[in-house]
Amino acid sequence: MPETSHVVRVSGVTKNFRIGKIEVQALKGVDLEIARGEYLSIMGPSGSGKSTLFNMIGGLDKPSAGKVFIDEVDIAQLDAYELAWLRCRKIGYIFQTFNIIQVMTALENVTLPMVFAGMNSDATVKKGMRLLEQVGLGDRHSHKPFELSGGQQQRVAIARALANDPAIILADEPTGNLDLTTGEEIIALLKRLSRERRVTVISATHDIKMLNVSDRVVWIRDGRIDKIENREELSISIGKIRVRE
Amino acid sequence: MLSVELRGEARKQRAAPAGEFTDEFPMTQEPLFGERPGKAPRADRLVVLPFATSVRIAYQSIKVRFFRSLITTLSLVLAVSFLSFVDVSNDIANGMLASGDPELRQSLLRAGYDFGPEEANVASTAKQRWIIILSLLVCVVGIVNAQLMAVTERFREIGTMKCLGALDRFVLRLFLLEAGMQGLAGALSGAAAGALFALAAGLGRFGLEAVREVGAGDLGLSIGWATATGVGLSLLGVLYPAWVAARMQPVEAMRVEQ
Ligand SMILES: Nc1ncnc2c1ncn2[C@@H]1O[C@H](COP(=O)(O)OP(=O)(O)OP(=O)(O)O)[C@@H](O)[C@H]1O
Ligand SMILES: [Mg+2]
Repeated sequence: MPETSHVVRVSGVTKNFRIGKIEVQALKGVDLEIARGEYLSIMGPSGSGKSTLFNMIGGLDKPSAGKVFIDEVDIAQLDAYELAWLRCRKIGYIFQTFNIIQVMTALENVTLPMVFAGMNSDATVKKGMRLLEQVGLGDRHSHKPFELSGGQQQRVAIARALANDPAIILADEPTGNLDLTTGEEIIALLKRLSRERRVTVISATHDIKMLNVSDRVVWIRDGRIDKIENREELSISIGKIRVRE
Repeated sequence: MLSVELRGEARKQRAAPAGEFTDEFPMTQEPLFGERPGKAPRADRLVVLPFATSVRIAYQSIKVRFFRSLITTLSLVLAVSFLSFVDVSNDIANGMLASGDPELRQSLLRAGYDFGPEEANVASTAKQRWIIILSLLVCVVGIVNAQLMAVTERFREIGTMKCLGALDRFVLRLFLLEAGMQGLAGALSGAAAGALFALAAGLGRFGLEAVREVGAGDLGLSIGWATATGVGLSLLGVLYPAWVAARMQPVEAMRVEQ
């Protein structure tokens, strides 16, 4: 691939929500380019529009204006089948609230995307077990979500997000509901998997721990990109944040 | 144009044997949407949910939420057992008439059955039919209500499935399958219970002679008819809730915090 290709390109995206007669502008024109294999964090205070941007990139919601390109394809042009295929094969989602399907076991959760992708059931089980082992839950495959801790559920979600070898992992506050150490473990796991598998990780967060592992950090404020910092510039601003807090 | 490319890529991936993967070099290095000229293959085969898997998921879902499923089905069981009771009672009366035994005929008249001296058949009365129709209507309304609640309870599960690539019709199919299975189990037990009650009542009123005369074919037909009606009603009741579930957008499901 030429250097110029971006796995995700966000161009002039705005998003308005209408609540009754009031119009809320959650995104006020965001431009962003994300390279393949990058580990990108989207940082910002609560209500700044992180989740909204996340939903746009993941094809879960449509922008009011502007375009989102996944591998230079405008996802607004995709029909329902192609969008489902994109969600199934190309993007892995991880949510703050884990979103493990409660009626299914850990293994069934991990294999479901592979079933959707048309894999045969022996292969899904084999691969599902391997993914669960990779996230350290090999022995918990037959457990239901309510028998797992929050951190373990999030691991299942990570294994599930990786099921179809996606190009992009979208994580909306993956550590938001976890304690400090568990959060760190999850971050380390995401980082390791992104490096090993060369997956692009885009994670919305207000967890400062995320900064250490990020290649780039996008700071969002009030629906706009405040600044974008590379890894090298980061240590300075981390210092500043520490001081400010 | 864009979608042609996407379909091309999809075809390329399908060409590889299912289940082949390498952890070391995942596909992520390839372009997402390959360029491949030519006629686009059908795109609607891209994501699949095999029927057997749908059945398994639906069954599991009922099993896990057994209590809720039971409540959803209870009104159906009652309505269907009433239907079956009325039908089988008539079967018994018809069997007694068909036997040609004047004593049985007399005991039917004594019991309040209304038929002329020449008639060899009793049919359900208009009043009975109305009560049956009403009870079935109430039952459908109850199912719609319970299923709509089930959909709101399960919005997160539905949204998650959609994020994993489920199509609207997968969700629709899962709900219909669940309702079908619940309907079949509920209607069958309701029909059997109704028939048993009717036979027991016949036994009490007319004695063993009378009940012996009931045609096995008639009995089976009544039970079968009541069961089929129950399954039909269960499916009818879930149509709108399933449609609501299928149309749910993944982002709506994700937005709500627990
Ligand atoms: N569905 C919606 N309807 C109306 N307003 C919405 C909706 N979703 C988001 N908003 C508004 O858009 C703005 C940005 O919300 P968003 O959820 O993107 O913030 P966030 O940065 O993810 O915050 P947090 O860190 O708390 O998750 C907020 O003002 C919010 O009220
Ligand atoms: Mg958020």
